[in-house]
Amino acid sequence: MIDQSDNVIKLNSISRRMFILAAAKVLILGGIVSRLFFLQVKENKKYLTLSDKNRIREWKLPPVRGDFQDYFGNTIAGNFEAYQLHLIPEQVDNFRYTMNRIKNILELSDKEFQKIIKRKKEIKPWETLIVADNLNWKNFSKINNNLYDLNGVKPIISISRNYPYKENYTHILGYVSQASENDIISSEMVKEKFVQGLKVGKIGLEKTFENKLIGSNSIERYEVNAYGRRISQLAFQEGDKGETVKLTVDTEVQKLANELLKNKSGSICVMDIFTGHVIAMQSSPSFDPNAFVFGISQDDWQLIRNNPMKPLINKSLSGNYSPGSTIKPIVALSALENEIVSPKFTVNCRGHKHPLELYGQTYHCWKKEGHGYVNMREAMKQSCDTYFYEVSRRLGVDKLSITAKNFGLGNKAFGNLFGNEKNGLIPSTVWKKNALGKNWLLGETIITGIGQGYIQTTPIQLCLMTAQIANGGHKIYPQLVLKDNKNVQEDKFIQLIKNKKNIKFIQDAMFSSTNEIRGTSYRSRIDDPKYQFAGKTGTAQVKRITERDRELDLKTSEIPYEERDHALYVAFGPYRNPRYALSILIEHGGSGGSNAAPLAKILFKKIIDRHEVRKNFVTNKYLEI
Amino acid sequence: MYLHRKLENKGNFFRRIRGLDFILLFCILLLGVISLATMYSTDGGQVLFHTKSHFFKFVIFTLLMLVISFFNIRFWFSVGYLGYLSITAMLIWTIHFGITASGSQRWVDLYFINIQPSELMKIFIILCLAKFFHRKRLDNVNSFYSVIISLIIIFLPMSLVIIQPDLGTALLISISGLVVLWFAGLNHKYFFYSFLISVLSLPFIISFLKPYQKLRVLTFLNPDRDPLGAGYQIIQSKIAVGSGGLFGKGFLKGTQSYLEFLPEKHTDFIFTLFSEEFGFFGSVILLLIYAIIIYRIIRIGSISRSYFAKLFCYSFGTSMFVYIVINMSMVLGLLPIVGSPLPIMSYGGSSMLATMIGFGIVMSAKIHSDQSIA
Repeated sequence: MIDQSDNVIKLNSISRRMFILAAAKVLILGGIVSRLFFLQVKENKKYLTLSDKNRIREWKLPPVRGDFQDYFGNTIAGNFEAYQLHLIPEQVDNFRYTMNRIKNILELSDKEFQKIIKRKKEIKPWETLIVADNLNWKNFSKINNNLYDLNGVKPIISISRNYPYKENYTHILGYVSQASENDIISSEMVKEKFVQGLKVGKIGLEKTFENKLIGSNSIERYEVNAYGRRISQLAFQEGDKGETVKLTVDTEVQKLANELLKNKSGSICVMDIFTGHVIAMQSSPSFDPNAFVFGISQDDWQLIRNNPMKPLINKSLSGNYSPGSTIKPIVALSALENEIVSPKFTVNCRGHKHPLELYGQTYHCWKKEGHGYVNMREAMKQSCDTYFYEVSRRLGVDKLSITAKNFGLGNKAFGNLFGNEKNGLIPSTVWKKNALGKNWLLGETIITGIGQGYIQTTPIQLCLMTAQIANGGHKIYPQLVLKDNKNVQEDKFIQLIKNKKNIKFIQDAMFSSTNEIRGTSYRSRIDDPKYQFAGKTGTAQVKRITERDRELDLKTSEIPYEERDHALYVAFGPYRNPRYALSILIEHGGSGGSNAAPLAKILFKKIIDRHEVRKNFVTNKYLEI
Repeated sequence: MYLHRKLENKGNFFRRIRGLDFILLFCILLLGVISLATMYSTDGGQVLFHTKSHFFKFVIFTLLMLVISFFNIRFWFSVGYLGYLSITAMLIWTIHFGITASGSQRWVDLYFINIQPSELMKIFIILCLAKFFHRKRLDNVNSFYSVIISLIIIFLPMSLVIIQPDLGTALLISISGLVVLWFAGLNHKYFFYSFLISVLSLPFIISFLKPYQKLRVLTFLNPDRDPLGAGYQIIQSKIAVGSGGLFGKGFLKGTQSYLEFLPEKHTDFIFTLFSEEFGFFGSVILLLIYAIIIYRIIRIGSISRSYFAKLFCYSFGTSMFVYIVINMSMVLGLLPIVGSPLPIMSYGGSSMLATMIGFGIVMSAKIHSDQSIA
């Protein structure tokens, strides 16, 4: 049907067209190959990186926090192995059943149980659910005994913060707790190292040294699939533990201070008068910081928060108190230094019937009967108020404030070390004009002379003041953190006084106050020269004493707690060869002589005994090197 | 006499076996083995559902191909229209009673097998048009009547497939049809003008596209506009291919695939997985195998005496080439994503069945290359 010639034309046509297409095909194939070459050979590195980015994911683990050590290398804040219970929901065959088993074994309350169930709903099924973060050994072993019945449940030993001395160091160290949003925003370091479960310092030195203590994260590298599920572990990079921070404190003294303040509200500070090392610094009442590590329960928190003795406040640093008579050494020193009076200057103290009168105001001495004629030494010894009214009237508040500031009052003792340290207040005429807009009154000078009125100091400032009196008037810098010896660059020798004789006189007057009959703290003296100390009592009024009060003349125990006087005591010792200074404050404790000074007697025994150990410890250290 | 005939029959059988194109057969079997290995890898190095299923399909359809090849090429010429019409009927059936999967109605339930008629149409449209043009005189090819008829033959199944909707397959069917028209001798200028018109009307066509199809085009133009959404497939595919490097990550070590970053790795993106594990060299070898297969098909066409066989072989070979190029361009980010499987390699029974039927007819043309069709 088809004629031959047409067939030939047709065959020619199809062959020609095939040839054209074949050529096109070769070109296209070349294109595909070159595309493959471009992707697989030329751009290989780029895509290999992208592929690794797809499949490799890193998990940061919480870093191990650095320790705090006391002067002797005892760990006062360390880490312990917390027994935890982890569970991966998808590995559990029957979640309800397993959870109920765990609930029975651990005796969880319904509230805790619901909390865990709620948390489970928030995570992906292959993520870890922390069922319990701090089990005791009994429960942990019970879980381990029942593991055969608990598929997918993992008992884990995890590293967590521990404060072995509990409430002893709470106010110095502070505590750590779960990092909050605020912690992350305010610190680059925390932001960088943050992982779920990271604990950061909330207050105290734990907060101050956060960057040093935090350490670096361990990193687990996993291969993951497209849904983020871990397939296999590729690498584990061990992080570094945070640095250890060494403190100057002596745990033995600290523990004693804590014991002496038990059931009282107050503070004890002990300081080396030459190095400025803080040997102990305790504020009472304290609380156990371990409670915060895994989140404190609401009930416990309310108990601490609502305690009228205010355990959350570090009274050594943040408590502004009227110094009372403990300011008298500074008043006397200032008067001598400015050559206002001589030690022989005498005043007649005639008791409550003949108080000092000034512009219609009366100023009473604490002693009803009066001290009679007293010179400066006698006035210090018996803490005669009338004498110091007269001295401060002659001295004037501005000269007094210069001396007081020189000796460290009215200024943060630790600078920026603590976020919660207060300045205290040393008033002057200029200060009053600026702060209150009023002129200074002479009557205010008079009560400033016995540490009442505007003047406010913190216990650590009083301790520093005493230390600088004890060391002969040299400036020292309080230290809580042990520095490397090489880096001590501070101005070594700043003399705070003009005349050495004056400071000797003050020291002697303080000695008489403690060690001579009729001295205000005579009953707390130690006769053994090894422990003998010199001090000054103080009784700070909390409210103004009215005529009625004076007539009633109530005993401390008969006055309501909030209206009782603060008992204060500052001292240094051993007297022959001074080395340590301390300050004691008992809030609403009554008179300083009968309530604060007796503690000093116990403390000095311990402090001086410990001094031997401390001295030898240093020598040993050098020998080891 | 009887014995003689029997001997003759026997001789006939061996003659047919000898007539097979062994190079083509070898390449097909090699491709089958490679595809099985790749499928094994997609199953994560285990013999699971996909591997087993692919294996059985490959074995059955290879046998089917041999059976088909033993039929005389004349027989295939005679069933050209019938085949086309029955597949068209199946397409119409699909529209009403088809099985829906992932948003489109493509499968028809044949009780023992679920089949995708649109895939089979890729072959039968070639068969039908080859038969149509076999008897046409060259002067008549460009006549109004034959152009219209052939365009109807193309547009009918194409529109039926578009309704499903399956734009990718519809495109491949029409390309297969147009390839036949080209070889049949349709004037160049028709191709040129229609190409021009389609380019000019591209904006209008785009406005008719479904939102997800528009998204694909936009994604192709800039995959990074939505890397976790529409652009995810193509980005992950390029990462997989690119990270393969010169020699690949090694068999069963393609991280992109076994960590499930690759979507559709069994079907359209099978080449990506292969390329990741075997690298540039492996991919080029795979391409080479395909090139040899296509070359053999075209060679068989060139030695065939009948115009029908020639037309079929050339068209089928070229269509194969187009399928491969489209699939590879797609996974390499050279074309927008359209659903188009890689012949034999991709998982999918209908696609393999269609390809094997094609190979069978080509083999039949080889065995009966000296047959002329009146």
